[in-house]
Amino acid sequence: MNVLRMGRWSPYAVGAGIGALSWATFALMHKALGTSTTMVCAAGAIERAVAPGHADSNAYLAKQIGTVEAPKAIVDWQFALVIMLAVGAFIAARLARSTFKEVVPEVWSRRFGDGRLLRFSAAFIGGMVLLFGARMAGGCTSGHGISGGLQLAVSSWTFFGAMFVSGVATAMLVYGRRSGNAIDRINDGEVTNG
Amino acid sequence: MGEIFAGPTELALGAATGLVFGFLLQKGGVTRFNVIVNQFLFRDFTVLKVMLTAIVVGAVGIYGMRAMGMDIPMHIKSATIWMNAVGGLIFGIGMAIAGYCPGTGVAALGDGSRHAWFAVLGMVAGAAVYAELDPWVKSVLGSPDLGKATLASVTHLSVWVWIAALAAVAGIVFAVLELRPGRRIGEAEPRTA
Repeated sequence: MNVLRMGRWSPYAVGAGIGALSWATFALMHKALGTSTTMVCAAGAIERAVAPGHADSNAYLAKQIGTVEAPKAIVDWQFALVIMLAVGAFIAARLARSTFKEVVPEVWSRRFGDGRLLRFSAAFIGGMVLLFGARMAGGCTSGHGISGGLQLAVSSWTFFGAMFVSGVATAMLVYGRRSGNAIDRINDGEVTNG
Repeated sequence: MGEIFAGPTELALGAATGLVFGFLLQKGGVTRFNVIVNQFLFRDFTVLKVMLTAIVVGAVGIYGMRAMGMDIPMHIKSATIWMNAVGGLIFGIGMAIAGYCPGTGVAALGDGSRHAWFAVLGMVAGAAVYAELDPWVKSVLGSPDLGKATLASVTHLSVWVWIAALAAVAGIVFAVLELRPGRRIGEAEPRTA
């Protein structure tokens, strides 16, 4: 079977691939994998279009995109990376015919029902909260989690620990935890493919 | 337009990196909400396996190349530990609700997820909100700043001690996960979505 057409690869193979990809970015491009700074560039570009004076007066935005008078590139290495994430995933999904037009995910609907408005609102708010946290921390799961983790950065391991603890606590609280041992249920086949 | 776009080489390299990264994320299954949330619920360990493997493989290669004398600049972010910690706590809350992180959220758009569009829009909004509050956040949580500290530099140990320890921990975690009854080594988690 053509490996590119497989629906899922081993998580170890995927992890090793991402690790090897960061060798290339560090050694050949002098860059580290990251994504959340691009969201700042996107927000800054929109603000500049709508209210250029306001965008210019914000030092945090100006650090990334400069000002109208002295602009910096908005679409840079990381911006191109982020755009192409969607394309890479699109190709991977198409090759395996595994594209999944998920509107309301199963784990969500089991707890909150199939309502689109609720799910879309929660996705928006979740995205907003997580990016706020990422910018406060200085990175996200790629910039801190992978790039920073592999450099053994104190900042990144602090972030990684904190985000995992709060992710677990939030998920348990929001999605609830049904009684019984999760792993046993998986092996018993009670939790089936969604 | 010159001021909006970086140079063509830089963009091409970024695009190629993103293409491979997005491809890998989709093949790993981490472009799926259910896989990410089920990691936080300890029902699916795909995310942990992908991340720990990437970190160990990446660390061995990059510190290895440096040890061989190659000139590889590091990209260590400042250890403003209160901002790292509180930011991480906030990030985890958002990630559990959105079901994505920034990279997997954008990749999920290509994988077909509809609700991920709202998560990504929310991320742009979150960046705008943070930009307004950054001076205040820094004034409250900005110190102490340990600079570009690493686990090796703060403990005065060799990076290889830490990499070996990390690899050992990852190996033990993986062994425990894979030796659960009824599993074949390296197979995808039984829950897919």
